[in-house]
Amino acid sequence: MMRVLRPGLLTTVQDLGRVGHQRHGVVVGGAMDELAHRVANLMVGNDEAAPTLEITLVGPSLKFEADAVIAICGGDLSATVAGWKLPLWRPLRVRAGTVVDFGGARQGCRAYLAVAGGWDVPQVLGSASTYLRAGIGGHQGRALQAGDTLAWRAPGPLAQAWLAQAAEDAVEAAPWSVSYQIRPDYRPQVRVRVIAGPQADWFTEESREAFHAAVFTVGSQSDRMGYRLQGPTLSLREPRELISEAVTMGTLQVPPDGNPILLMADRQTTGGYAKIAQVARVDLPLVAQLKPGDQIGFDPVSLAEAQRALRQRERDLNELAAAVRGLPGISWRSRARAG
Amino acid sequence: MQTVRIEPLGDGAAVVRLGTRIDPETHRQVRRLVLAVDRDAPPWLVELVPAFTTVTVFYDAVQADFAEVEDWLRSRLAVLGDDPLPPPREVRIPVCYGGEFGPDLGVVAAHNGLTEDEVISIHSQGEYLVYMIGFAPGFPYLGGLSERIATPRRSTPRVSIPAGTVGIAGMQTGVYPISTPGGWQLIGRTPVRLFRPEQDPPTLLQAGDIVRFDPISPEEYQALLEGGDVQ
Repeated sequence: MMRVLRPGLLTTVQDLGRVGHQRHGVVVGGAMDELAHRVANLMVGNDEAAPTLEITLVGPSLKFEADAVIAICGGDLSATVAGWKLPLWRPLRVRAGTVVDFGGARQGCRAYLAVAGGWDVPQVLGSASTYLRAGIGGHQGRALQAGDTLAWRAPGPLAQAWLAQAAEDAVEAAPWSVSYQIRPDYRPQVRVRVIAGPQADWFTEESREAFHAAVFTVGSQSDRMGYRLQGPTLSLREPRELISEAVTMGTLQVPPDGNPILLMADRQTTGGYAKIAQVARVDLPLVAQLKPGDQIGFDPVSLAEAQRALRQRERDLNELAAAVRGLPGISWRSRARAG
Repeated sequence: MQTVRIEPLGDGAAVVRLGTRIDPETHRQVRRLVLAVDRDAPPWLVELVPAFTTVTVFYDAVQADFAEVEDWLRSRLAVLGDDPLPPPREVRIPVCYGGEFGPDLGVVAAHNGLTEDEVISIHSQGEYLVYMIGFAPGFPYLGGLSERIATPRRSTPRVSIPAGTVGIAGMQTGVYPISTPGGWQLIGRTPVRLFRPEQDPPTLLQAGDIVRFDPISPEEYQALLEGGDVQ
């Protein structure tokens, strides 16, 4: 059992989303940073789709009331145990009674906390993801509050072997972590690759050039549904109405005011604004870690290149999963031994 | 079928364009393609999003690239034909019009030079086709609103519209399944739940259904709500 001592700004249970119900208007949702979520699960021997906690900007304080193997991936939200800064992107073993304290964001915006076994919440339409607007999924359809308790399911054999090793300290870290080939280079200024959108040719030549040349600022009205971007105003060659059709995560749609909206995890299933571009899926984790005020630019990429990059990433993740499975014994490092 | 365009929506979806206008024949082609893809469900298929004139096919780009998906879809389009579709389901939705549930009923009446009772009569005598579900879980885009009660959206959207509210926006009418902000003219409310996350499919309505609205009194609204007949 884990007890929430302080909930943080917005801490929700997420998985890989409510896939398969978009035709009924059901929002997919799921982890904003798919990669961090998946890697956190792989680090603790879970299926990559197991529910994790998505922790946003200002983190919670969480008390583990039983021994657990956890991993924290994604943005650096200053996680500590008794003042020791916890390393990210590696398995951590915490003993019963340990309090994991998160603080503010030092890098990125969202951290993912996986526990071996996966957080135990009911599935709604095949997913554990919290969708706040409809009040479904996750822990009672809402963000975590102080006093909530969350259980986790039985850890897999790998984590059980790790838990069976003798412990020296309240928290210990594995002596290895995920390679930098897999970890995204989260920055407050990013350039991401985009594929031309279905209505790219509706825009003026100047607007299309400006779109790729400019740097856009993430607006204050940005959340899990989408980011409002401030930069050059983009205009259509002539006024045109789009009949509503599907949108997806990473879609850049442009309402009549000319300021693009970058749709994220909790986007609607369909939209009626012209779509100038679509962020390549492999680059979405960089977008997921942006905060209001951060900056983003868009470089054109071909569909074939985007799909090649995606397949390479999936191969890398498969290799990571296989490597972790081959590590039943770890020489755990306690705070003292880590220095 | 050579006029059908198929184009990428990013690196994991293909948009099949079956027409350029919202009309029942394009809608039937959308439904035919959905049935055909669902029936054969290739291993790379993630899910489909049917809309007014398009079917967007989400696929696993690790298993297939765009060209493969497009070829497969064209092979299905070539034999789509004019097959009759299964007969539409007819769904009746009880609505308590006006009063606190429909604060804009008077606006719709005044805009069209009608009495409130005439608006109710016209709205509830209509037969509406569910073209698509989108915007929110279970939200139906309905065709078939009489021009006589068409009314533009409010200039300032409301911050929150209660679930079950029936509204009009231009030539469209619809029902809000969950509480959301919105700019529609609100004419009534149904006690029936349109979004049912505990069920599969999780919605009262599906694309292709025919909807009729039955006027009910506030007492009947309460009785339905309390009687649990609305699921």
